[in-house]
Amino acid sequence: MDSKIERKWSLIYYLVMAFLVVIFVGPMAFMVASSFKSDPQIFEDLRSARAFLPVGELSLDNYRAVFAKTPLLLYFVNSMLITLITVVLGVLVNSMAAFGLQRVHWRGQKLILALILAILVIPFEVLAIPLMMIVSQLPAIGFEAGQFVVTGSWFNSLHVQIIPFVANAFCIFLFYQFFKDIPLDLDDAARIDGAGLFSIYWRIVMPNAKPVIATASIVLFLAMWNQYLWPLLVIQGQDTRPVMVGIQQFFGRTTAWGEVMAYATLVTIPVLTAFIFFQRQFVQSVAGAGLKG
Amino acid sequence: MNPRSNKWGWLFAAPALALLFFAVILPFAVAVGMTLTNQRLLSPNEVDFVGGENYARLLSLGFTEIPLKLDEGGNPLVSSAGEPLYQSLREIKPSPPEQASFQILKAFDWGDKRYAVLAKDPVFWRALFNTLYFVALVLPIQLCTALGLALLVNANLPGRTTFRTLFFSPVVTSMVVAAIVWTFLYNENAGLINRLLGLITGQENLAINWLGSEALAMPSIVIMSTWQGAGFQMLIFLAGLQSINSELYEAAKLDGANAIQRFFNVTLPGLKNTLVFVLISTTIAAFSLFIQVDIMTNGGPNDSTATLIFHAIRTGYREQDVAYGASIAVVYFILVLGVALLQNKLGGRRG
Repeated sequence: MDSKIERKWSLIYYLVMAFLVVIFVGPMAFMVASSFKSDPQIFEDLRSARAFLPVGELSLDNYRAVFAKTPLLLYFVNSMLITLITVVLGVLVNSMAAFGLQRVHWRGQKLILALILAILVIPFEVLAIPLMMIVSQLPAIGFEAGQFVVTGSWFNSLHVQIIPFVANAFCIFLFYQFFKDIPLDLDDAARIDGAGLFSIYWRIVMPNAKPVIATASIVLFLAMWNQYLWPLLVIQGQDTRPVMVGIQQFFGRTTAWGEVMAYATLVTIPVLTAFIFFQRQFVQSVAGAGLKG
Repeated sequence: MNPRSNKWGWLFAAPALALLFFAVILPFAVAVGMTLTNQRLLSPNEVDFVGGENYARLLSLGFTEIPLKLDEGGNPLVSSAGEPLYQSLREIKPSPPEQASFQILKAFDWGDKRYAVLAKDPVFWRALFNTLYFVALVLPIQLCTALGLALLVNANLPGRTTFRTLFFSPVVTSMVVAAIVWTFLYNENAGLINRLLGLITGQENLAINWLGSEALAMPSIVIMSTWQGAGFQMLIFLAGLQSINSELYEAAKLDGANAIQRFFNVTLPGLKNTLVFVLISTTIAAFSLFIQVDIMTNGGPNDSTATLIFHAIRTGYREQDVAYGASIAVVYFILVLGVALLQNKLGGRRG
């Protein structure tokens, strides 16, 4: 009797779940499936479940067209560079700041900690326009046609997309919380062996902080790969354009559904790959952010 | 005991502090200062101090009665359909000089007279309304969806980690990509949503103009945003659910509480801190709505999806009026800060 009721409930449970999976996965399945189809076939398949499935006459034509029509590879390299450099520098700079705040006593420490917590509540959207104004007037040294040239602004550069995002109050906060739980005994033992503060940071604390390094990397990686508003403001030319602005412009200029879907699929692959490999860390980083906030 | 060293303390913090000064503190100060000037993005003209003029232009409201259109003999004119005709704002005489820069925000009839609320920047007020409308819709819908999903994937049945991963997957696809894909889904004539609804309702050629109608555009963006973001809050709720002591559930069961009573008396109180956090972070994110609007509707139709940030970027960047755009951003910041503080206070008090 009991098991019968249980079986009925679990049947309902899986029916509900199946429905929800279609809703949550359907749009992305549609995107990937359509990227291999010709436009007439996409429209034809709309009337059935075929829309979500890679069936029928499939080809890589859309992908070829996208590469032929836009410098997608260049945008990819730009986004990769911006993302990777920011993640590496961000992990270093933010963990160092957190170490200084958590492991060293110094004058001004409390004030700086309060300042960083205050910065947490300022959304980037508030800063975007004045920051654009500032970088528009900063001189930069560029490299053009084989020689160094001094340009009048940071617009259209890669560094303008990196430098503002390396230091991140939220990441400092994450590291700070994590360092609290690394026992001070480890520091003391190293100090007796004659280690200085920097070597305690580098050889004791950081090797014990792998989970939070993963979390901070993921937070920075997602934020940087998905950059949209900022490059919209400061990047006008193609040379330093990142992928998200690239796809938005492509989308605005074409009526070819399949090609846009191919572009969208390509842009999604790096994040999806990272997600599949680091799933546990993704989940933990989100859950951890929630519990600690 | 931590070692005392002013030198090392500052050295460790210095790179982050220098960068935060450049990327946050300086622009924040510049933002506030700039809003008191007539700074433009690329302009040879000199920058002048204009005091509160930008804020006055943003926030000024007026009110006026709109008289009927009269012919030379002083009789009211009527349209061909027999409706009375009203004067336009410019025709009203005598017009007070300070009203010259006002536009009609909203006109309404009261008795047999027509009145109008005026604003110097009607789009700002519409954007403010749209932003609040979006927040009011997306908060309950997204949080209930997320909590529902969390409860479902928290059930002790096989496959739940797979479901968790699948519901979370839209979060890792970028908002830009999601907005583009959903623009296709919402397409009037060839959108998957209209085709599927057509199949269900039996209307082959159902053509609802989701993003092209003033009434449906914002709710459509709400649905798309919920789809993209709910998985994130689901994970946070899930962590909260798993931190609730299971003995509480056992005790409630022994007391004869049914599933619904257990939800309201054990689950919800146990999620209090999580709820406050999720509420505040989702509210802040919702107030900054921009990408979806920029890609899916470009603020339209008729500014019905223009949000505060969209309006700030449109004026500050696309129209190069940076001082005015920054003023909108400052007003937005005060609004977000106020709402977050209020939620924090209410959340704290309830406990």
